[in-house]
Amino acid sequence: MHPVLKTVLQRLGLGLLTLFVVSVVIFASLELLPGGFAEAILGQGATPETVAAFNREIGLDRPAFVRYLEWIGGVLMGDFGYSYAGLGGSIKRSVSELIAPRLYNTFFLAAMTAIVAVPLSLLLGVLAALYRNSWYDRIVNSVTLTTIATPEFFIAYLLMFFFAIKNKWFYTLSTVSGSTDLWEHMYRAALPAITLTLVIVAHMMRMTRAALINLLASPYMEMAQLKGVPRREAIIKHALPNAWAPIATVIAFNLAYLVVGVVVVEVVYVYPGIGQLMVDAVSSRDMPVVQACALIFAATYILLNLSADIVSIITNPRLLHPK
Amino acid sequence: MNETQNKLNAALRQAVRGKLSRREFTQLALASGVTLAAANTMFASAARAEPKKGGVLKIGVGHGATTDSMDPGLYPDQFTGTALWGTLANSLTEIDADGNVIGDVAESFEPADGAKKWVFKVRKGITFHNGKPVTAEDVVASLAHHQAENSKSAAKSLLKEITSLKADGPDTVVFELTGGNADFPYTVSDYHMPIMPKKDDGSVDWESGIRTGAYSLDKFTPGVQASFNKNPNYHKEGKGWFDRVEFLSIKDVAARTNALLSGEIQYMDRCDLKTLDQLKQSPDHTVSEITGYGHYIYVMNVTAKPFDNPDVRNAIKYSMNRDDVLEKVFLGHGTVGNDNPIAPTVKFAVDPQPRHSYNPDKARELLKKAGLETLSFDLSVADAAFAGAVDSAILWKEHAKACGIEINVIREPDDGYWDNVWLKKPFVASYWSGRPTVDWMMTTAYAADAAWNDTFWKNPKFNELLIAARSETDEAKRAAMYAEMQQILHDDGGLINMLFNSYVEAHAKTLGHGKIAANWQLDGMRIAERWWYTA
Amino acid sequence: MTAQAPDIRSVRARRSFFENVKRTLATAPISAWFGMIVILVYVIAAVFAPLIAPYGEAEVVGKAYQPSGPAFWLGTDQIGRDLFSRLIYGARNTVGIAFMTTMLSFLIGGTLGVLTALKRGWLDQGISRIVDAFLAIPVLIFALMLLAVFGKSIWMLILILALLDSTRVFRLARATALNVVVMDYVEAAKLRGEGMGWIIFKEVLPNILPPMITEFGLRFCFVFLTISALSFLGVGIQPPTADWGSMVAESKTLITFPVRTFPYIPAPFYPAIAIALLTVAINFVVDWFLHKTSGLRDEL
Repeated sequence: MHPVLKTVLQRLGLGLLTLFVVSVVIFASLELLPGGFAEAILGQGATPETVAAFNREIGLDRPAFVRYLEWIGGVLMGDFGYSYAGLGGSIKRSVSELIAPRLYNTFFLAAMTAIVAVPLSLLLGVLAALYRNSWYDRIVNSVTLTTIATPEFFIAYLLMFFFAIKNKWFYTLSTVSGSTDLWEHMYRAALPAITLTLVIVAHMMRMTRAALINLLASPYMEMAQLKGVPRREAIIKHALPNAWAPIATVIAFNLAYLVVGVVVVEVVYVYPGIGQLMVDAVSSRDMPVVQACALIFAATYILLNLSADIVSIITNPRLLHPK
Repeated sequence: MNETQNKLNAALRQAVRGKLSRREFTQLALASGVTLAAANTMFASAARAEPKKGGVLKIGVGHGATTDSMDPGLYPDQFTGTALWGTLANSLTEIDADGNVIGDVAESFEPADGAKKWVFKVRKGITFHNGKPVTAEDVVASLAHHQAENSKSAAKSLLKEITSLKADGPDTVVFELTGGNADFPYTVSDYHMPIMPKKDDGSVDWESGIRTGAYSLDKFTPGVQASFNKNPNYHKEGKGWFDRVEFLSIKDVAARTNALLSGEIQYMDRCDLKTLDQLKQSPDHTVSEITGYGHYIYVMNVTAKPFDNPDVRNAIKYSMNRDDVLEKVFLGHGTVGNDNPIAPTVKFAVDPQPRHSYNPDKARELLKKAGLETLSFDLSVADAAFAGAVDSAILWKEHAKACGIEINVIREPDDGYWDNVWLKKPFVASYWSGRPTVDWMMTTAYAADAAWNDTFWKNPKFNELLIAARSETDEAKRAAMYAEMQQILHDDGGLINMLFNSYVEAHAKTLGHGKIAANWQLDGMRIAERWWYTA
Repeated sequence: MTAQAPDIRSVRARRSFFENVKRTLATAPISAWFGMIVILVYVIAAVFAPLIAPYGEAEVVGKAYQPSGPAFWLGTDQIGRDLFSRLIYGARNTVGIAFMTTMLSFLIGGTLGVLTALKRGWLDQGISRIVDAFLAIPVLIFALMLLAVFGKSIWMLILILALLDSTRVFRLARATALNVVVMDYVEAAKLRGEGMGWIIFKEVLPNILPPMITEFGLRFCFVFLTISALSFLGVGIQPPTADWGSMVAESKTLITFPVRTFPYIPAPFYPAIAIALLTVAINFVVDWFLHKTSGLRDEL
């Protein structure tokens, strides 16, 4: 079997195992958290009587492993179940229905950011490696380091101040709904996307630069130099192909971050993404929703890493054609 | 004021109501010797105060969760309360801006049999958003929703006193109570009890969102937004001015403030106290501050040592410098409490004497009386009780040192605070959003058999008075009883009422309003029907 | 410069350690010097905080938001604590916590990463599966849950963040090491019968060091940011402990009120600048180190 295909199949199989472990870890953590769904919803107004009625209605009075088995049984059949909220009433909210629009929003924002951030950081990184120790290198380094070292919400508020309050070019609120058209959606999501770009570019750019510089001392680079290959060509043609593995890993990290880690930006811009949903669901102990979010995040992560590994294998002949 | 001016003012009033055109007014003004510019200014400033129909009001609210439900029994906070009750629905009665109870879906209500029986008449001609008239059957079904055996409703315990709930004809509802309760009309004004249409199977239809309010439901996305359109057939005169009202859940206070400053919302609740001075300088916005019924408290279990001694309790009450806490932690936004849970604006409220202000000598004296030189105890706090609970407790610890009292402040986790700490630990931080009547507040938290008696305080005299006052219809006698109850609680209870908090909210200057109600945030949660645009 | 190079090599063995350090420092570029001076200042501030700070860490010494002046160099914060003092104590807490967290995470993650890359087989599979599962759960949300379960003491925070971070370090260490272990010199060492420790420390580690060091510089700064984000979401370091990340989060509402209003309160900017400055400084030094270890000779 072709090594790439083999890796893909192997990884996908292992990915399922990972998903299973994730679901157990999340379920266990939720069980360990103090209080339950009924207490979280009723707050100060909870009486033992109403809590008991609540728990009976949504089946929380049964042992934990029964609930877990029931839930995972449903998932294996492709049914993510219903949110605890409204479970007793006649309007049940299915988890997939609840998550779908928010997942779309999250992927929309992630894609918008990635399209700008990935090429930009590669370009900046290659240039920084090319003109190492020049003023360009130092300035790009300092600027990207400053943006990466500033809390996300700080950048978000500053952008909001300059581009939405002082100059009303953008909206402070990125509220979108299913009826928002594509352009409007992009316009509304522009400030969050810029914020995230500033946050992730530094990491990817620095890794690109480091990976390239690391290779400059290798014999084939010295050879290329001795041969009289121009610096630019040597870096792009000889160093870059060998640097793809660490670069791809970092890109995968950051793309995964765009999907799973943007809850703070969502809060600041009031963008209805999936991170906010998961935080809400955790604080209300809404297990089916938390689990579904966690599985989506985990799957995203697994697939992105698989891609990074494939890149590592393809770009390294020793891994591609094992002895 | 001369005659021409009087005439001009009368004309102005007519003009802004649309009975006189602006041009006619200007001509009249010019004829009486006023310049054109002055006439325009007069017209504009007069027009500003007058309600105008139309416009879209967008409100940013600091609450809202994806678990929010249309079921009114489960409304947790201001988002569901203001949007799904105050905008969309009506209860049997409502509390007006002065704190009095007036009819809403009910046109009138009468007590009988020493206030043990209450007869409510449903308003004539009132309809649901789908055009169906509201009947007594709908009212019965709406309230029975909270009473059911397996009800999860927050209003369940409120309605426990009802022994029988019956419709008597199409527009009369009769309540029979376990004992007399002169304040019963207040109880049914609660935001958990909107009137909803009855379904064919006898249960109530809470799912569809069809109610009786000034606005009908357009779209509700839990934890994100709720939008409403004007109800053209609303039953109240002069209420519900906007064409459309939208509520946005913006939990981050900075984001909420920015949305207000950039004009994307016109109203925000829960302003950031730290930056209030800056916000006040915005030329386009007004900050409103209302001291409501809500109060931040520390409660001790009076059955636990050392709090079982009233002298120890009082020594502790004298050991806190409430003015200092109010100034440092709450930046002056609130009113200092005096260990009485009844807000000064509530009917029958008194200010018991002597006031429990900071007095280290008195505290030491009381400790000595209790046979103690020094006192040391644990105080469990978390900001889940109220924002600022931890800071206040740390500040109090410093004050109490001078009184020979050592407070050991323990910071508990926010998560699960109400389940694991409140009612469980002997001395904790807590919060009440307050109740509009003395009886309601006392029954909820200080009666011997109250489910939320967080001080575990059982005073026979107090409980006797509580029951007696309920059915007392003579206002003066009732006032005397309530005054005595507040005094007993002040002198003997386990409550440290640190302060009454203020609702600090901000809005665009283009919005107009009447007197702002103090019973809940957002103008008694009914901002959508009470406010209007002036320009 | 170029002329001196052979000279340095020939006499290296005879120089003392300090002489070497001196020589090395003499070749440091301006950016590295800047970085080292900043780090030094921070370390001094952190170590001698109680001696330098004019007021106590949590001491309320004035009114809220007093402007900067002779009594309060940077003014006071929202409840009247001296901002300059809190900033200095913040250096101690923030840098201390970040350093411990990062060291711990590199110790765990780095060791396991290199080890699994070399060994492969079931050990690699086992650890990789567990790490994958933990990596696949969003850090911030998982940290929120774990802090709610295990309490919010500073040690618990360090431990939880270090464990969560170590999974990321592991992933990078393993990925880079994988590229190295297929190199001929590693194969040669294996054939020579060198021990595992020798291979790790003499062959693999020096070759994966540059990306790892770069990562260290960034990870270190990410710890501040994670704490800051946790503070933003309502957990994190317990007040009244001064920590830069929490200080920014506490005064977040002031960020959008600059310029337009008076008095202008720069409270959130000081800790933010402190974080940014340290990040830039550390990474300048890291870059210099990277440059030196890359074996490239200066071409200036």
